[in-house]
Amino acid sequence: MVVVRLRAPLKDLAGGNHEVRLEGSSVNEVLRALEAEHPRTVGWVLDEQGSIRRHVNVYVNGERTREDAPLTADDVVYVLPSITGG
Amino acid sequence: MTELLVGTRKGLFVLQGEPGSTFEVATRAFSGDVVEYAIRDPRTGRYFASVTSGFFGPRLMFADDPAGEWQHAATLAFPEGTEASLERIWVVRPGEADGLLYAGVDPAALFESRDGGLTWELNRGLWDQPTRPSWSPGNGGLCLHSIATWPGDPTKLAIGISAVGMWVTDDAGSTWRHGNVGLVPDYIPEDARKGTIDLCVHNVHRAPARPERLFMQFHGGVYRSDDSSETWQDIAPGLPSDFGFPIVGDPADPDSAYVIPMVGALDRVTIDGRVRVYETRDAGESWKERGDGLPQQDAYLTILRQAFGATGEGEAMELYFGATSGTVFGSGDAGSSWSTAAQHLAPVTSVRVT
Repeated sequence: MVVVRLRAPLKDLAGGNHEVRLEGSSVNEVLRALEAEHPRTVGWVLDEQGSIRRHVNVYVNGERTREDAPLTADDVVYVLPSITGG
Repeated sequence: MTELLVGTRKGLFVLQGEPGSTFEVATRAFSGDVVEYAIRDPRTGRYFASVTSGFFGPRLMFADDPAGEWQHAATLAFPEGTEASLERIWVVRPGEADGLLYAGVDPAALFESRDGGLTWELNRGLWDQPTRPSWSPGNGGLCLHSIATWPGDPTKLAIGISAVGMWVTDDAGSTWRHGNVGLVPDYIPEDARKGTIDLCVHNVHRAPARPERLFMQFHGGVYRSDDSSETWQDIAPGLPSDFGFPIVGDPADPDSAYVIPMVGALDRVTIDGRVRVYETRDAGESWKERGDGLPQQDAYLTILRQAFGATGEGEAMELYFGATSGTVFGSGDAGSSWSTAAQHLAPVTSVRVT
């Protein structure tokens, strides 16, 4: 199981859980699993085409990555809004 | 009491008040997110809000009580195979059949709901237009922002896209055709205008009492069509500028239209520091200035295409418009006099009256 850590507003959409454990062998699979388990997150992190939204950052074990990055059990995934603006 | 739905760059403001008075903020929703557009479907009482998060993208939300919990209409999204992603939802419009609603989005597409807005489906007739690869966006994106229904007939529809002109259907959206004859894009060199579809429609209003008649605010031009968008006549003479964004009308008077002229494409503010609405009651033959009560000095406002709403009809028609300065102005007498309904809001993107 991969650990996915969330902050507001995603945490709220995931039933108030700041940490969820999900199956998946890639970032995309895990984010789709998040949508399946918590349907209110649909469309928030991935767009219709399965791409991570431009202003959302996904980190795996502390390194920023993209949707096709492979995952193994016990990896820790952070999903965060990016720092934008001035 | 009148209720206004004011979409802003920082959330939805539900304002309540009497015409001519200062309105109070009854509810604020989606704080921090852009609310591009919000309406209440008068048939069901359901509220819809187009919400765009700078981080988490666009979504259509709906609720029976704007102060309560909003739900996500998650099927308003591009299906597999389109290779498109929703950028922004520009408009939601009730249709002419039970449960029928439309949504216009960027990239230019029409979505339809047949269950009161719970689920949505892409209109493939428009999406699959063979010219689509050559469609050009305007400054606000490639946006379908105007949906003109035909009272009592769900098969007829006219839509406006920036910058791909007018499109018309007579078979409920199965097939579409252009409706642009007479529009003059003066932002294109004269010798390149023939046959172009790079037509930047800003806003369209259909006269419900004479539905073959439409009024249009164009990107440099104000037009009227008397044949359901087949051909257009220039009705800008008499206005201080032919540039602006919104256009509305009195539903009881098919000869009526209201516009808010701005300096021009390179200076999108009210002219000479004066805020003036212009009204025609003779289908554009003449225009009358309607500025009584509006700022007439040092007021350089921008009013966006969805930021002018109306309710009622005739002399008691109420008109409201909001500026990117965060001020909302209102009239309870069809534009004869105006007052400030609200100020110090975030930049206003849309105003609709429930």
